[in-house]
Amino acid sequence: MNQAPSESIGVSRGSLKSYLTGFVLALILTAIPFALVMRGAWSPAATLAGIIIAGIVQILVHLHYFLHLDTSSAARWNVLALLFTLLIMILFVGGGLWIMSNLNYRMM
Amino acid sequence: MTTEATTIAAAQNAEIAHPDTLAIQTFGFWIYLMSDLIIFATLFATFAVFSRSYAGGPTGKELFDLPYLLGETLFLLCSSFTYGLVMLAVHDGKKKRVLLGLAVTFLLGLGFVSMEILEFHRLIVAGHGPDRSAFLSSFFTLVGTHGTHVTFGLIWMAVMMGQVAVKGLTSPVQSRLLRLSMFWHFLDLIWIGIFSLVYLMGVV
Repeated sequence: MNQAPSESIGVSRGSLKSYLTGFVLALILTAIPFALVMRGAWSPAATLAGIIIAGIVQILVHLHYFLHLDTSSAARWNVLALLFTLLIMILFVGGGLWIMSNLNYRMM
Repeated sequence: MTTEATTIAAAQNAEIAHPDTLAIQTFGFWIYLMSDLIIFATLFATFAVFSRSYAGGPTGKELFDLPYLLGETLFLLCSSFTYGLVMLAVHDGKKKRVLLGLAVTFLLGLGFVSMEILEFHRLIVAGHGPDRSAFLSSFFTLVGTHGTHVTFGLIWMAVMMGQVAVKGLTSPVQSRLLRLSMFWHFLDLIWIGIFSLVYLMGVV
């Protein structure tokens, strides 16, 4: 009965090494876009791209090292649920922006 | 025959309280987090639509203090890491380390929420409250919803510290700690989106 919860399920396995790796990577991926914006050395478009890429990579780092999502069978349903949610999010955010910019264009 | 049937029934009953229960509960909580993610997606979409609707009011560039926000981010990131250490201690069955880790995580989370409340307070006192422009309305809704989540996470964490202290690391307590860890890492993940899309991109 006293089995540790992290044996049988996808989202909880972890080791000190994985948490440390995730933490250091997350720190670096926070520092990069912050430095880009603060120094303002790049053009705005390049800075925006840098922020988005660093953000996406950091989210993947968190999912992998902190929430322990991977392609193992234990985590498969969690990943599927996440992918389905991403589809809905893309519809909401992308569709919302599309409709509103279209309205904006037609109201001009 | 009867004995055999009873044995099977007992085995089936035992299966209900089997580790599978934990996997199902964890998955159910994951589904909740996904629905929460959709709430945040709608708030992000709203913010994206209004992100330039200043109504003659201040822009993000004038309002956001990035070094201050980096501090907030580090509080939350460190708390995510210390919660990872809590889960390792749970795995090892070290009650004192669990309590210590939870206390540190709680303080880091409290630091984050306090900094956010202070930031909101400054904005509102300076007349840049949610009623100033559509940009600020959507900003306060998005960031405030995240802050409310963190606050409830802190309440949950305080309850868990009490449960660990009183009940010890029993199976139900371990399973609750696991779900709180998912909640906490999830909130850190949302914050990455807010820090990148709202603050950093607002200043560029």
